[in-house]
Amino acid sequence: MKTIRFTTLLLIALSLSNMACSSEPQSTEIKKKEIKMGGEEKAAPKANPNGVGPIQDLTLGEYDAKLAAEGAVLFESLCTACHKLDKRHVGPALGDILDRRTPAWVMNMILVPEKMVAEDEVAKALLAEYLAPMANQNLTEPQARAILEFLRK
Amino acid sequence: MKTLLKLTTAIAISTGMWACNSGGNSGKGGAMSNKSAAEAVYVAPGEHDEFYQFMSGGFSGQVTVYGLPSGRLFRRIPVFSVDAEKGYGFDEESKAMLNTSHGFVPWDDSHHPKLSQTNGEIDGRWLFINGNNTPRIARIDLTTFETVEIIEIPNSAGNHSSPYLTQNTEYVVAGTRFSVPVPQKDVSIKTYKENFQGTLSFISVHPETGDMNLAFQIIMPGYDYDLASSGKGASHGWTFFTTYNTEKGHTMKEATASQNDKDFIAAVNWKKAEEYLAAGNFEVWDTEYYNNEMSHSTHMATSKVERKVKVLNTNNCPGLVYFLPTPKSPHGVDVDPTGDYIVGSGKLNADLTVHSFSNMIKAIENKDFETIIDGIPVLKYESVVAGVVKSGGLGPLHTEFDGEGNAYTSFFISSEVVKWKLGTWEVVDRVPSYYSIGHLSIPGGGSMKPWRKYLVSMNKITKDRYLPTGPELAHSAQLYDIAGDKMQLLLDFPTDGEPHYATGCAAEVIKPKTKKFHKLSENNHPYVTKSEKETRVERKGNEVHVYMTSIRSHFAPDNIEGVKVGDKVFWHVTNLEQDWDTPHGFAIIGANTSETLIMPGATKTLVWEPKKVGVYPFYCTDFCSALHQEMQGYVRVSPANSSIPLSWSLGE
Repeated sequence: MKTIRFTTLLLIALSLSNMACSSEPQSTEIKKKEIKMGGEEKAAPKANPNGVGPIQDLTLGEYDAKLAAEGAVLFESLCTACHKLDKRHVGPALGDILDRRTPAWVMNMILVPEKMVAEDEVAKALLAEYLAPMANQNLTEPQARAILEFLRK
Repeated sequence: MKTLLKLTTAIAISTGMWACNSGGNSGKGGAMSNKSAAEAVYVAPGEHDEFYQFMSGGFSGQVTVYGLPSGRLFRRIPVFSVDAEKGYGFDEESKAMLNTSHGFVPWDDSHHPKLSQTNGEIDGRWLFINGNNTPRIARIDLTTFETVEIIEIPNSAGNHSSPYLTQNTEYVVAGTRFSVPVPQKDVSIKTYKENFQGTLSFISVHPETGDMNLAFQIIMPGYDYDLASSGKGASHGWTFFTTYNTEKGHTMKEATASQNDKDFIAAVNWKKAEEYLAAGNFEVWDTEYYNNEMSHSTHMATSKVERKVKVLNTNNCPGLVYFLPTPKSPHGVDVDPTGDYIVGSGKLNADLTVHSFSNMIKAIENKDFETIIDGIPVLKYESVVAGVVKSGGLGPLHTEFDGEGNAYTSFFISSEVVKWKLGTWEVVDRVPSYYSIGHLSIPGGGSMKPWRKYLVSMNKITKDRYLPTGPELAHSAQLYDIAGDKMQLLLDFPTDGEPHYATGCAAEVIKPKTKKFHKLSENNHPYVTKSEKETRVERKGNEVHVYMTSIRSHFAPDNIEGVKVGDKVFWHVTNLEQDWDTPHGFAIIGANTSETLIMPGATKTLVWEPKKVGVYPFYCTDFCSALHQEMQGYVRVSPANSSIPLSWSLGE
């Protein structure tokens, strides 16, 4: 039982580590912590690749160019002060974000960043790396979805 | 034996505690029944107060927002005075708020905050307050807690009997505490009796937008119109003003204005005034006054100059105004929640005079007139008076009501609050104030639905109540529990400036409507920058306009070159944040003005005129994130004849 739990957590930890790409922190800290916790009697919180927040799960359908165009306008005004697509700025580069994170995780990070940096292990590590907390720009769910579509390009 | 002793002790202790806890609250339990005073005012960390309380700042010119019962200060709203902390009156957007026919006036003496009402109940939309020195009335929007309009009152001086709005906020009012030549002219002060007059102004309030407009002025005898109260219920349609100096003295007024045994309460029938206006029975006078308004769309204040005013003459308008004789220089006039009783506080008297509105109407119908002054009938005192409160106190000033048949009057000279019953006029309780109470306030006071729980006294003398701070002391306020039969002192707390009146309401009336940030998409400021891509610097002659953005934690652009000595640089900073409590500040070395403080989604402009060659830093003044210290940039200033072109960048 103990072994199984240990293995599972190790796998999650490793996958977290893998998810952290070039422009983001290597999650060795998380890995260590998870392994240590996995070795203890009490169950460690299970990391959810979708993060925490209103979006439990999200499967993307066909790319919607019109929605992406709406997202581009919002992204320009509300996100570009901190995020570029191709390089690290105040926050991480977002051009390849969907290779690293699930669509639901991105949505949650846009909609409830305070909750994410407090409760989601990956978001916590990002805050520790970048120090500037992700700003809550008070977007509605459809607006966040449009930005997500823009980021699919 | 031992057990018995223990038991006895326990009983003794519990009895003692009971006696202590119930305090003066025998009979009906107050807010602190079964609680100590400390528990009654304690609001646990993270919890909210039950009431908002808005206090005037007096000579600070501002308004402060407190919570009750804690007495905690939440905010200081700049109104009539500049506020370097917020850039109010300093930045290009808000300067126009303080324009008057006398030019830019950066200070005033703010007196009586009044919350807007619908059907005689506090509706939590706007707060109005008068400026006494250069006559003005301001409107504060309670979604943003910002001053959004200031209207100047022409043909006036000492705007004290103001704003005392009507029960549906149809009007806010203004009266001259100091009569003057109307319109102003060059005459000897000794000709006071021939040349000086008072005016009573009615300023209409737009029911949806709140826009104020000077509807009409009534020219009155040259008395001093001290305080006011608008009718409600039965007396809706009337507004009452106290007068003193019916002697028309112009020097050593503390003696000359106190000769007459009785002065007047002027009862104005404003619905009758509307009839005269509709019938064309008015004059139009030339004048000049400013109406300044802050737009939530452009985040800019603009001034409008008005040059006409409609004037009603009491000699040509029968039924418009009546005088109710009231003993000894009445100060406060307060209409009870039913609208029938009009309480006059003769400040040089021991007793309170209570007139009845229904008596007044009867006296008018029966023409019970003592005399007529400038077309204004003076009603017979005996015909209008309903009762006299033999208070036992000295120097009554103001009265508030609890909606349950009780009235509470402040007594300045005897330094106390006296509680008495409407109708029977018996005094039922009195408590001392520390020291020399001026105004007093019950949340919802002045409306038809007061909240009977707390009373705040605003005291003129502080002396030893707090740790001493040199010759100048904070004015003291005291919180009393009035829910029980007996009033109980709960708390002392210091105030800002000198509060003359305060008004409050249940927090729930305002709290749900407050705005958390301005929507960037609705920002129509002429110099707004809605994304970093749009940031730029433009030159127009010697004017340099910087279209700048701020977000945690950088300005864009943050490196600027090509500015020259002799340039006038306009820093138009748009805060791109779209979240609650994320302001950014902007300050630059050597600016001959204050910082600017930019709320999320808003744009503010600081003007800077560099005088020396060099490279100068600018920075964010409001701690915004862990990288707040890094929120800084540089501007290079070259000699006046330099040919260095304008350039700007971020992260290059």
